[in-house]
Amino acid sequence: MSTDTQERTSPGRSNSVIKDGGEFDTSDTIIQLRDLNIHYGSFHAVADVSLDVPRNRITAFIGPSGCGKSTVLRCINRMNDLVPSARVDGSIVYSGVEINTPKVDPVEVRRRIGMVFQKPNPFPKSIYENVAWGAKINGYRGDMDEHVERCLRQAALWDEVKDKLKESGMALSGGQQQRLCIARALATEPDVILLDEPASALDPISTLKIEELLRELEANYTIVIVTHNMQQAARVSDQTVFYSLNERRQGVLVESGTTAKIFTNPDDQRTEDYITGRFG
Amino acid sequence: MTVRDIPASESGGRPPLDLSGSRNRSVSETAIGVILFLFAAFSVVTTIGIVVILLYEAALFFQDIALPKFLFGNTWTALFQDPEFGVLPLVRGTLMTTLIALFVAVPLGLMSAIYLSEYASPRMRSYLKPSLELLAGVPTIVYGYFALTFITPQLLQPLFPGVFQPLNAASAGIAMGIMILPMMASLSEDALRGVPNSLREAAYGLGATKLETSVRVVLPAAVSGIIAAFILSMSRAVGETMIVALASGARPANGWSPVEGMQTMTGYIMQVFTGDVVYGSVQFRSLYAVGLLLFLMTLAMNILSQWVARRFRKDYQ
Amino acid sequence: MSATTDAQSLEPAAVRRRWRPRIDGRKRTSNWLSRVFFLATVSAVALLVLLLGVLFYRGWDWLSLDLLTQQYSRNAEGSGFQAAILGSIWLVAGAGILSFVIGVGTAIFLEEYAPRGPLTNFLQTNISNLSGVPSVVYGLLGLALFVEFMNIGRVLLAGALTMGLLILPIVIIASQEAIRNVPLGLRQAAYGVGATRWQVVRHHVLPAAMPGILTGTILAVSRAIGETAPLIVVGASAIIFRNPSGFFSDYTAMPVQIYQWTARPQEEFKDLAAAAIIVLMIVLLSMNGIAIYLRQRLGKDRW
Repeated sequence: MSTDTQERTSPGRSNSVIKDGGEFDTSDTIIQLRDLNIHYGSFHAVADVSLDVPRNRITAFIGPSGCGKSTVLRCINRMNDLVPSARVDGSIVYSGVEINTPKVDPVEVRRRIGMVFQKPNPFPKSIYENVAWGAKINGYRGDMDEHVERCLRQAALWDEVKDKLKESGMALSGGQQQRLCIARALATEPDVILLDEPASALDPISTLKIEELLRELEANYTIVIVTHNMQQAARVSDQTVFYSLNERRQGVLVESGTTAKIFTNPDDQRTEDYITGRFG
Repeated sequence: MTVRDIPASESGGRPPLDLSGSRNRSVSETAIGVILFLFAAFSVVTTIGIVVILLYEAALFFQDIALPKFLFGNTWTALFQDPEFGVLPLVRGTLMTTLIALFVAVPLGLMSAIYLSEYASPRMRSYLKPSLELLAGVPTIVYGYFALTFITPQLLQPLFPGVFQPLNAASAGIAMGIMILPMMASLSEDALRGVPNSLREAAYGLGATKLETSVRVVLPAAVSGIIAAFILSMSRAVGETMIVALASGARPANGWSPVEGMQTMTGYIMQVFTGDVVYGSVQFRSLYAVGLLLFLMTLAMNILSQWVARRFRKDYQ
Repeated sequence: MSATTDAQSLEPAAVRRRWRPRIDGRKRTSNWLSRVFFLATVSAVALLVLLLGVLFYRGWDWLSLDLLTQQYSRNAEGSGFQAAILGSIWLVAGAGILSFVIGVGTAIFLEEYAPRGPLTNFLQTNISNLSGVPSVVYGLLGLALFVEFMNIGRVLLAGALTMGLLILPIVIIASQEAIRNVPLGLRQAAYGVGATRWQVVRHHVLPAAMPGILTGTILAVSRAIGETAPLIVVGASAIIFRNPSGFFSDYTAMPVQIYQWTARPQEEFKDLAAAAIIVLMIVLLSMNGIAIYLRQRLGKDRW
């Protein structure tokens, strides 16, 4: 397991340095969460989450269901703004800018921090339109055909769909749909891509394809992925963040660190129990 | 460690980000929101319009005719030489036709609802439900025609020779019953289908038959939804105009006999408009007094049915 | 000794004596009443058939092209109601456009823009109460507001506006339902690539909801075609000899003409009315058919 992760620290990819303590160098952090508290109405769903997300790395959120990992993920691109009862307190800094403030337009945030959802949700439009739409509304000025092809290639979908770009995105298989959704997210040229359990509705082979794809994307994008599958976190991520529920049923961040460290030598007993309990 | 630890210049060596959004875009988004709000406000303006106009014209009417005389008077001779405006005969006509309509629609509607919700196969349902909807789409003028040219002369008069007058409350009521039947059936069916399946399973688990399950367990569980359906159907019958205008006659009733013609509140309004009435006359304003009463009655019923239905929804959440 | 060697005989006599389940009798009642319920449901269909039968019996001989090409005349023979047919088309077009624009706008506001709270609750309650206001009261509103106060007069426009208000709540409620049925994932996907609220609504929610909205609008408009009372109140006249020339013209409508013919004492006018009703019903049934077809198609192959 650990060797697998170590191997992946390929040269020339990033100037991040993994320090001895299993922490990432904080000077190349792209997203910083500080004291994040999330309420749904009177329900205190997530308490006091602080976290650094390193640039051009894959960060995995793991933990039991209902522990708030998706909720935290959705704060990062202000998707929780769409839930009327949700209230997000605390600081979310993206590239040095505080984004959890009414002054920041969530629309601007979401163009730079894209999202892929649990269930593949292509637009009921053609494959081409699915990719092009986000670029179009954000005023992309280049050659759209080229752009669509580039995104579909990046999402490892081009060869499968190049002859049927005019067909509906809904007609693809589940795994293809999810890669189409990734291509769609890439089309706005984001810095960060958030993935909320992207493979949970897919078969093992499609899941494998998505995981391989994430590794390729890592060179150019920062990726945050929520997964309920610990093997998946171990396979794909550089940093792993473990969430759990405290005694008041609030989601809390228990521990974060390099994936190697979390899966081999966690500091917290709860992390250890969760990891070994599942593997064991 | 705090946020200040990372100056913007160091975050990847890029210029500071401006995420405040384009001003043009936020202006146009706000403008769209305002326009949509104005559309939504339109329906409130309509309500205000109805209330203000009814109240205003009715107030003018009540300057000439005292309110108690209107509400409790038992003689309605609005279009005669020395008009009297006691609304009770019209209310009586409305009540009578509505009661007859409910007498027809409630048993048939309930039984249809039970059949469609509890007994019918999906296939059967897919045939019967659209035909009920078609029945609901028939204009009321057609039911009025049916009452006047079929129910009275071909049904009631041959069955009870010499009893029914050519214009009578019974035929209007029966036609109105057919008119509200689809509404009663489909709203009740919704209520029955809203009852959770676990309740049915519990009844079957005790060895109940299908009938016992439907009538003794599901029906009582859906009772508030069914009451709401009942009240809404009643409100529809009270406000119905063309059937009574054609079939129930233009004579305000003195008694409670459905074999005779009984003018209703809506029937009176129609009678005035198919004749000549001077704008601004006391007869003209009496229309608004009657209209106001009609509006208040139906409004009360609608609010009551919403209240009952809301309580129902709470029961199963 | 065949059917009775079941559970019954295995029970001790003492237990058996305490119970009288009467299963057969209860089952018989259940089966018997299920047939009664079925008949009650079928009776609704039977009534529809009877209604159509009466109309065809009386109106068959009077169904002729005269009905579509001729105008009102003193004699039933050769009378038609072309002006009424055209009047109805004008009215429905006006009312349909008005209620569609305002209704869809309202539905978008309530479903996509307004935060859930006292304001939306109030608007929602108001709309459902409006949908329960008797149509003749809308007529009184139209008469006082459009005809007298705004001084439009007893012209087609006043009728179209009144009808538009009348069917507005139906259009709003149907549109809301259609918009609500658009899956959340579609909205999230669009927001996720950085779309503004209006872009999400305009490009995704509205196109996806459009079949449902159109179904609701068609049903609402078909209700408007059959409405009689408010038109009579706002001054649609049954005695019109020429076709409407526009929104500011004198007018009549199909149901108004039918009412006038039905209310006349001569039997031949009643027969003529039956023929006119058949024309009206053909229009209505085909509109309802389109709406049902749209909705059944909507049920399939979507998400």
